[in-house]
Amino acid sequence: MSVIVRVGEADFDVGAECRALASHSRQSGAIVQFVGLMRDSNQGDDVLTMELEHYPGMTERCITEIVNRAQQRWPLFAVTVIHRVGVLQPQDQIVFVGVSAAHRQDAFQSCEFIMDYLKTEAPFWKKECTLNGEQRWVDARQTDQQARKRWQD
Amino acid sequence: MITVLFFAKYRELLGTAKISLSGADIDLTKCTVAALKASLAERGALWCDVLAAENTLCAVNQDLAGDDTPISVGDEVAFYPPVTGG
Repeated sequence: MSVIVRVGEADFDVGAECRALASHSRQSGAIVQFVGLMRDSNQGDDVLTMELEHYPGMTERCITEIVNRAQQRWPLFAVTVIHRVGVLQPQDQIVFVGVSAAHRQDAFQSCEFIMDYLKTEAPFWKKECTLNGEQRWVDARQTDQQARKRWQD
Repeated sequence: MITVLFFAKYRELLGTAKISLSGADIDLTKCTVAALKASLAERGALWCDVLAAENTLCAVNQDLAGDDTPISVGDEVAFYPPVTGG
């Protein structure tokens, strides 16, 4: 299986990533891609910018480990995970998870699985700057923990 | 010598991203995450709050660790708040 994990400041091209995922196997019949974008508001406040920090080295290891777990659960041909760090503006792309499989159920489920674990395990932290000049660290959400737990049943 | 890293809110609260500890600072022959936390907590109330917080996460050599995880010479230990990527 082809696994690509990329963490950095650079933006990504969803179309190019899709073609790359498709190119790994002529048996590939389903590609599912998730793209996370930055929203322009949070908890009722307008958000101007967001800064993403991570733990270099551990982040890549952690995501690769999550992809390995997905691969053990579903038959996949290729997985690409891209996560941006640094300063982002509203509507900027933050994260990309793309999976290629023979059938759509495996592709949909593994893509969700990877995202749910990434959100709760990969060492990234968001700090947002609001319209009124406040800088604050974003709190982890309980709903993300619950989303991950459904894969443990 | 061990390296201790702090990320995000904790880095800001404690005013440091990285500290190095030697055998003179802490007994590295039988060290654990719990022992390291206890030693760092002696640095003051802020340190105590960060390290005692129920949701503080710890990694040893970039793998998630618990209080019982052993720490030895050359290890990289990190303390950080719940993650918020994606």
